[in-house]
Amino acid sequence: MDKMPKWADVVLIPLISLVLAAILSALVILAIGENPIEAVNLMVTGALGSTYGWGYTLYYATNFMFTGLAVAVAFHARLFNIGGEGQAMLGGLGVAMVCLYIDWPHWSIALLAACVGSALFGAMWAAIPAYLQAKRGSHIVITTIMFNFIAAAFLNYMLVNVMRPQGSQDPATARFPETVHLPTFQSMFSTAENALFRGAPANISFFVALLACVAVWALIWRTRLGYEIRAYGHSETGAVYAGISPVRITIIAMLISGGLAGMMAINNVMGEAERLVLNSTEGAGFIGIAVALMGRSHPFGVFLAAILFGFLYQGGAELALWTSIPRELIVVIQALVILFTGALDNMVRMPLEKLFLSLRKGAQ
Amino acid sequence: MEAFVTLVQVLDSTIRLATPLLLACLAGLYSERAGIFDIGLEGKMLMSAFFSAAVAAVTGSVWLGLLAGIGASLILSALHGVASITFRGNQLISGVAINFLASGMTVLVAQSWFQQGGRTPSLFGGGRFEPINFPFADAISGVPIVGPIYSELLSGHSILVYVAFLMVPLTWWILYRTRFGLRLRAVGENPAAVDTAGVSVVGLRFAAVAICGVLCGIAGAYLATALQAGFVKEMTAGRGFIALAALIFAKWRPWHAMGACLLFGLLQAVALRFQNIDLGGVVIPVQVMDALPYILTVVILAGFVGKAVPPRAGGEPYVKER
Repeated sequence: MDKMPKWADVVLIPLISLVLAAILSALVILAIGENPIEAVNLMVTGALGSTYGWGYTLYYATNFMFTGLAVAVAFHARLFNIGGEGQAMLGGLGVAMVCLYIDWPHWSIALLAACVGSALFGAMWAAIPAYLQAKRGSHIVITTIMFNFIAAAFLNYMLVNVMRPQGSQDPATARFPETVHLPTFQSMFSTAENALFRGAPANISFFVALLACVAVWALIWRTRLGYEIRAYGHSETGAVYAGISPVRITIIAMLISGGLAGMMAINNVMGEAERLVLNSTEGAGFIGIAVALMGRSHPFGVFLAAILFGFLYQGGAELALWTSIPRELIVVIQALVILFTGALDNMVRMPLEKLFLSLRKGAQ
Repeated sequence: MEAFVTLVQVLDSTIRLATPLLLACLAGLYSERAGIFDIGLEGKMLMSAFFSAAVAAVTGSVWLGLLAGIGASLILSALHGVASITFRGNQLISGVAINFLASGMTVLVAQSWFQQGGRTPSLFGGGRFEPINFPFADAISGVPIVGPIYSELLSGHSILVYVAFLMVPLTWWILYRTRFGLRLRAVGENPAAVDTAGVSVVGLRFAAVAICGVLCGIAGAYLATALQAGFVKEMTAGRGFIALAALIFAKWRPWHAMGACLLFGLLQAVALRFQNIDLGGVVIPVQVMDALPYILTVVILAGFVGKAVPPRAGGEPYVKER
């Protein structure tokens, strides 16, 4: 028998963890001599008070949906893919190659090709750690961390020595041609008399991210492969007994995970920067960890958590603009969310389980 | 002769750059040998780097700075211990959280205290660890071969460098020649056996995590008050992860850890000095040097060149049977 009703596990625990993280963040803001209530007000108006704010919030959320789904898929196979950052960097390389080296007649075909390219490059970067985990037992956490650093060095080399246009000092590729520029929310939703999302980077890849959420949900809960991934995640010996190959599941789950992380690049590289720059991922790969933990590895949870972190990112930028609170506040909040929803999960869970058990006894 | 002078200079800088790696690597060694994975070495170093520089800048005493750095690092260690030992949480996730916490908090507090864009004021005088010159270092520096080796390579480092290298035999002795060390290793391999023998698993693991905190604290203080003069944002620059790589490269053994850290320090020193290296037509780009520690670690992990087997109970929270 479960110790707790399911709703408590899915809703109550993340919520309590979030509240704890919020209280600590408020204390941090107090400690550096600012007013937490004013800070929240600023963040809400800055991130959600205008279509411009929403345009940024949803832009960040798109990144986090991809990286969050990437971590979540790996979590289902009980693999901790900490290499989303590197995989997203390589995804950027894939997008840049698709956009720069091939002439596309229309952005829609280019977007499809970029999805394939970025997913391929991201998956490729996850493939080696996956193979080493599956075949040689090398710890996936360590190898994916190492691959993040190798990816950064590799990208640095590619941008400085190979892809940089002649005569340019900037370690970045040339601008992508006009035909592959993705439609932004501004061009999609604005009418002649009413400009919406003006200047905000949210673009059509947001909808690709939504599709990805649905696809991952279908994959995990509605297909044989998803069942095998979950079975393997629950019990390796059980899965082996049922004829599921650990090698196959480890590699496939990591390829999907890497592919999803790589696909983030259609948003930040193709949709926003329209060229590949150094550090284009800006840590989004790591935020995926917080998003997946917060969202309990469920695509809908990931969607909500990604929006929340998008709000925090845009709100944090506004805070840095109007107060003396630096942007790094969001890094602290992110750390607290990871801490409470991930590492200190039992701290919240154990007392709650006791509470529910005693309630149940009282009812009988 | 000029090549020799260059060599001595590169080796000298190797020792300087290997020191924080070595301290962090030994820190990780204690923790992981006791069965607690720690990918938060980076965060602890960063936190210590900031607080040591901040306190040294305010008080003018580098020793108070060192204490503050160790204290700050210990607080994060305690957090890691509570999360992964007391509440049996995921050690890796806790480490990730600690890295982010340090990365955010240092800038936040630095901005609030000093308003210099996330850095501390530059340290000078008593706020820094000064180099220690060995006796007669100046007198024999002119002697060929021996002179530069003695006066440049061995002499003239700050005290923390010597502490770091002395920690290697000390760690070996503690791990392999004391009762505490035996128990520490046992608790990382088979905690149930240690528990059966009537020794506290929780106590041992907390002790290991605390030692890890102290060493990371020294490493961070070295970065900010000896290697450089003050704290700048993200100044650890991945050193905690290189130390982790070195730990795996050394297969969790102290003397090998020193070898691995010196090797990775040499790579950093060479990359700093030469940038792109031209080997008779074949140019090795500087990025290869940057990536080499990580590539080597993956190769070692893959088990193609000797297999790296971590402590058996590593990463597993211990649940006492009832």
